[in-house]
Amino acid sequence: MQPIQLQWIDYTILVAYVAFVLGIGWALSRYMKTSADFLTSARSIPTWVTGLAFISANLGALELVGMAASGAKYGISTAHFYWVGAIPAMIFLAVFMMPFYYGSKARSVPEYLKMRFDERVRALNSVAFAVMTIFASGISMNALAKLLNQLLGWDYNVALWVCSGVVLLYVLKGGLTSAIYTEVLQFFMIVLGFAPVVYLGLKDVGGWHKMNHSLEAVAVNPAALHLKDAGTTYAANAWTSAWQPVLAGPAHNPMGVDWFAMIFGLGFVLSFGYWCTNFLVVQRAMAAKNMTAARNTPLVAAVPKMFFPFLVIVPGMIAAALMTMPDKNYRIPPPPISQESYTKAVAAVQSASPTDSAAAVTAVGTALGKKVDADRITLLVAANATAKLSDAQIKQGLYNSVAENDYDSVILSLVKKYCPAGLLGLALTALLASFMSGMAGNVTAFNTVFTYDLYQAYFAPGKTDKHYFWAGKVTTIAGIVLSIGAAYFASMYNNAMDIIQLVFGFVNAPLFATFLLGMFWKRTTGTGAFLGLFGGIASSALFHALTSVASNLDATGHVINGMKGGYLKVVTIFPSEMAQNFWLAAFAFIVCFVLTLVISLATKSQKTDADLKGLVYSLTPKTVDQSQSWIQRPAVIGVILLIVCVIMNWYFW
Amino acid sequence: MGLDIRWPIGLMFTLIGALLAVYGAVIQSDHAISLGININLIWGLVLVGFGVFMLVGASKGKKNPPSA
Repeated sequence: MQPIQLQWIDYTILVAYVAFVLGIGWALSRYMKTSADFLTSARSIPTWVTGLAFISANLGALELVGMAASGAKYGISTAHFYWVGAIPAMIFLAVFMMPFYYGSKARSVPEYLKMRFDERVRALNSVAFAVMTIFASGISMNALAKLLNQLLGWDYNVALWVCSGVVLLYVLKGGLTSAIYTEVLQFFMIVLGFAPVVYLGLKDVGGWHKMNHSLEAVAVNPAALHLKDAGTTYAANAWTSAWQPVLAGPAHNPMGVDWFAMIFGLGFVLSFGYWCTNFLVVQRAMAAKNMTAARNTPLVAAVPKMFFPFLVIVPGMIAAALMTMPDKNYRIPPPPISQESYTKAVAAVQSASPTDSAAAVTAVGTALGKKVDADRITLLVAANATAKLSDAQIKQGLYNSVAENDYDSVILSLVKKYCPAGLLGLALTALLASFMSGMAGNVTAFNTVFTYDLYQAYFAPGKTDKHYFWAGKVTTIAGIVLSIGAAYFASMYNNAMDIIQLVFGFVNAPLFATFLLGMFWKRTTGTGAFLGLFGGIASSALFHALTSVASNLDATGHVINGMKGGYLKVVTIFPSEMAQNFWLAAFAFIVCFVLTLVISLATKSQKTDADLKGLVYSLTPKTVDQSQSWIQRPAVIGVILLIVCVIMNWYFW
Repeated sequence: MGLDIRWPIGLMFTLIGALLAVYGAVIQSDHAISLGININLIWGLVLVGFGVFMLVGASKGKKNPPSA
């Protein structure tokens, strides 16, 4: 991405946003009197606010960037992460699981696990969660600081510390409520900041149908845009139909997944595991003012979630379509190339002989350190030989010849293409807002879990509330400082960060089995849950060690990169990492489920039926929604949402 | 909590929207980048509309119950 010049109007919008966010923290600070006010919002927030915060906590900037990238790489099928991978789980959380979370009066998900099982399960979950939130927030802040550095030329350190400082100030002042309020603000910023970009992009490609028409050409020959290796071809609807390419099998869709992995792996295990057990999102619902509000929170969130693909995925599709139109003069930016490499490559073009194009292509490719499009280089060399081109012209030619795409810059490249000063400030502020609220979300989940589930549980039980209030504040500062540390770690040790994320993938994959059995089968014991979870985690690590993806094997069948699996032995080869990931989740879930079941039957439960009241489905009086009109009942709303979701799937079939 | 979130949302978007609209109408002259549309003016007005909608909601809405 080339740098962007901001005008005073852009900076004014940015400053206005930061001022409002800090103002919210300041205005809320006078309501912060107890640890519950600070860490759990004292269960006082209206539904629409918790609902939008629920969805916003998930809509981090990395998601925004990643979904646009996937939109270009996979087309409308990316929407499965929403329609299959989110909506059903959100409805399940609202209708079936929220009564236990909210009704049990647990202050966090780990605390629920302690009530339902025992200390061991809580300790395992809370430690894993605390570490994970710190790394998640560090990764997000690193990405933000890097972005500000590359795009606006800000110093990395200054960007990191200033943005973290802003988050610290407003979270420290207003606690969870501050985080939730700014998440709502961020929600509107994102929607209103990116909608005009989508509109202008669609208008430029000639509307929805024209875009789809162009994407048909992409599907038939994705190598032309460097989306796939040469020779790969799909049916014309591979980018524009959500289900047909998936049902046709992994070789027929750009994701390389099959329908079972999609529905069971993503739609059930990963999706329910995230939406129904991750305290980061569940915490937003737990801050609602009453049971109905808590249950309606994920349902309110499901409405925008269902339509987000049009905001976050369509830009990627627009980008792919634009690349097929030579007159639009657009390409997805190539991966960053240093000025030094460009200088060398320009020299290579100037010294190349037009008669020996193969040598020129090799020389330019080596200088750039990237795969290059041989035809374009040959043309460039020939053009330079006929009429001497300026260095800038050659550089532009080289930029267009790089045969690799940096998909993560799709969204920003469109912002840059269509936004004049003013709107540019709005879109960038929206992006900055989502990075910062991502950090705030993680930190507020971290401080609650650390204060209640680790500090109060193991280090300093039985103190006054004032003590925990202060502990919460200190934890917040510590959380921010640790996140900054994690950001530096991420910037220095990219590979170590990949390993950490991989490990968290292993930890999270089986989690939903534990909750499912715990909530719906009263016979599940603490030992069963604890050992089952461990077994599930171990099985996902083993699964990863024994499987790999086709692109990760060299000609002799040896694994190239152990990070992509198969470092012990390659038993199964998947067509894509996504398929491997979905199958891994499915496998870990089944192992955890079976182990928990068997061990529970073999061990004696430490809890009586009375202990489990309010924690297990069969022992809890059904939530009575009679006081509301039928249309306001979570189950009814859930069914309506599900029907709308099915219609969307059918429409984009 | 005692603060109705609609106040800051409404105020912020009204302010930013007005700023964009004025910028688009008075200062900005070249609209080539946004396909010839004065997007700052149009979108600024949309933001003002949204901001005012939130402000009206906040002023009409019942005061949030004091935090129990």
